[in-house]
Amino acid sequence: MQSARALGAQQRRLREAVRTRPALAGSAFFLAIAIGLLITNGPNVFGQTTVFGIVSGSYFALGAVGLTLVYGVLRLVNFAHGDFLTFGAYMAFVINVTLGLPLIFAIPFAIATTAAIGVGLELLMWRPMRAKGAGMLPLLLMSIGLAFVIRNGIQMVAGTGQRNLRVNLTSTIAFVGLRIGRTELIVVATSVVVLTLIGLMLRYTSLGKQMRALADNFDLAEATGIDTNRIVLATWLLAGGLAGLAGVLYASAVGTFTPDLGFLLLLSLFAAVVLGGIGDAYGALAGGFLLGLIQEWSTLVIDARWKIAVGFAALILTLVLRPQGIFGRARTI
Amino acid sequence: MTLSAISFSAFGQPEFWIGVGVLAGLYGIFALGLQLNVGFTGIINFGQVGFMSVGAYAMAILVLKAHWSFWLALPAASAIAIGAGLLIGLSSLRLRADYFAIATIAFAEIIRYVAENARGLTNGNIGLLGFDSSWVSVSGSIQSWLSTSEIQLPLLLVTWVLLAGLTFVMVRVQRSPWGRVLRAVREDEDAARALGKNVFSYKLQSLAIAALLGSVAGYLLALDLAYLSPDQFDPSVTFTGYAVLILGGLASYVGIAAGTAILWVLLEGTRFINLPLSAEQIAALRFVIVGVVLIGLMAFRPEGLFGKREEMVLGG
Repeated sequence: MQSARALGAQQRRLREAVRTRPALAGSAFFLAIAIGLLITNGPNVFGQTTVFGIVSGSYFALGAVGLTLVYGVLRLVNFAHGDFLTFGAYMAFVINVTLGLPLIFAIPFAIATTAAIGVGLELLMWRPMRAKGAGMLPLLLMSIGLAFVIRNGIQMVAGTGQRNLRVNLTSTIAFVGLRIGRTELIVVATSVVVLTLIGLMLRYTSLGKQMRALADNFDLAEATGIDTNRIVLATWLLAGGLAGLAGVLYASAVGTFTPDLGFLLLLSLFAAVVLGGIGDAYGALAGGFLLGLIQEWSTLVIDARWKIAVGFAALILTLVLRPQGIFGRARTI
Repeated sequence: MTLSAISFSAFGQPEFWIGVGVLAGLYGIFALGLQLNVGFTGIINFGQVGFMSVGAYAMAILVLKAHWSFWLALPAASAIAIGAGLLIGLSSLRLRADYFAIATIAFAEIIRYVAENARGLTNGNIGLLGFDSSWVSVSGSIQSWLSTSEIQLPLLLVTWVLLAGLTFVMVRVQRSPWGRVLRAVREDEDAARALGKNVFSYKLQSLAIAALLGSVAGYLLALDLAYLSPDQFDPSVTFTGYAVLILGGLASYVGIAAGTAILWVLLEGTRFINLPLSAEQIAALRFVIVGVVLIGLMAFRPEGLFGKREEMVLGG
């Protein structure tokens, strides 16, 4: 009786903590899981899967930030976002392999062309549709149609065969018993630098603040005199550019890619977005790395072929149990 | 060039068009479920292919591993698909419409991963064969009764009789008091709730019926190919179903038969245009067409070919 009441009180306190400090509670939850896995698997195995998780997290995060910003600002679930990544990877392929130029030239080209696609589609499709007052379903289905056109358009031109960029996939770097590919290390470093810059931009620049204001409340932001059309274009530019970069980084880190690249990644990007709280750019950033870790850590418990499905399960569980995201405060969604 | 010459000669062959007809019919049944959810209840189900997959696999597994009779396995597998629908609905139907859409596509993908990886049951990517012997003998008797040499003609007949029958049933159901409540849920959830209707339960029933229709489409696909493998159930099936739905028109069951016929003639017609394309490119072109159909309809005619604009609640 006594202990049951104590347990009840403990539970209440825990629930109270989750409610008032969700970021802390969420982090503590994952820290507990990490420590459990560390103890059961030993530092070497655990460290190595963590490294893998951070590598995949680095392109999840880049892809997810753009996806979540577009949702936040436009309330558009862009099912074609994954195919933006594919587009970026193939644009890099054109420069890096077809023309034989170094990857350092291919990356800006991929970013620029994918950003141009984002902006072009806004002007061609999304803005006229918004002007018509199109509802949720037509926009969803349009983005799906767009995804079909981009993916299969690429397939018509480039074929279904596996491609690879000219990157070094063999040399690895060892550090305190952990190994990481040289290219993977560059991928992680690039991603962290770019994401930090994006984070600073969103926090401190006027453009970033306006973007977040629009994501928070479009009508209110518009009423305060923000030029919404300009910010929407900037959002597409950013989302497209980041998607292009994420596509190249994915292609470099994984080694091979096909026109299905983005289609297969899309649901993982959704998972990262949902984990971090839909529409929250910082959340997506954290959610991307978190998803990478969840997927890789799951291989310590169950067979590695389930790891993608584990990510989807995390997506559903988060939507059902905490639709505001792991770190978000409870609010009406 | 030889390739296109060969396929061009198939233009006049009845067996080719019988195959197209079977696909069109089963996608029609598939889309009836989407119509009930999207057109009449206002819930965006992006996981319909998952129910198709659960139905087809459950049927094949019951026949092959549990040695059930094929005819008994059909209702049992549909019950399992309905169970999957209830599970997904109970957990996710309280979510907002776009979140529900994402949750359902995630469920469908998890089902596909299970089909790929639970190899003991599903044979993974190797697939399942030999579950259809009962159907083959029935099909043979229909074939000799019709005295035709077309092997797939019985399946075509069964598919379109089913599509016609199910369309009739759905139209009748829609006119029942139950159907009117569904429409009220679609128009204004709060108003329906204020009238004392259990909105959640109606949505759940709608999803369960869609799952049932999905499982029927799954059996027909399994019989059509005489083979099951996970890659037959990727999300593009659901979205091809949406192209059928939108072509036919939202909130019109009768339109679906026309929508699916038009879409599949369009898709298979690409084989007869003498394009200098490889088979791989033609396959990609078909999905480009699905995409263009979706974008074009949404931009210029969101009510579809036969839909009613005043029922386009999700459009405004």
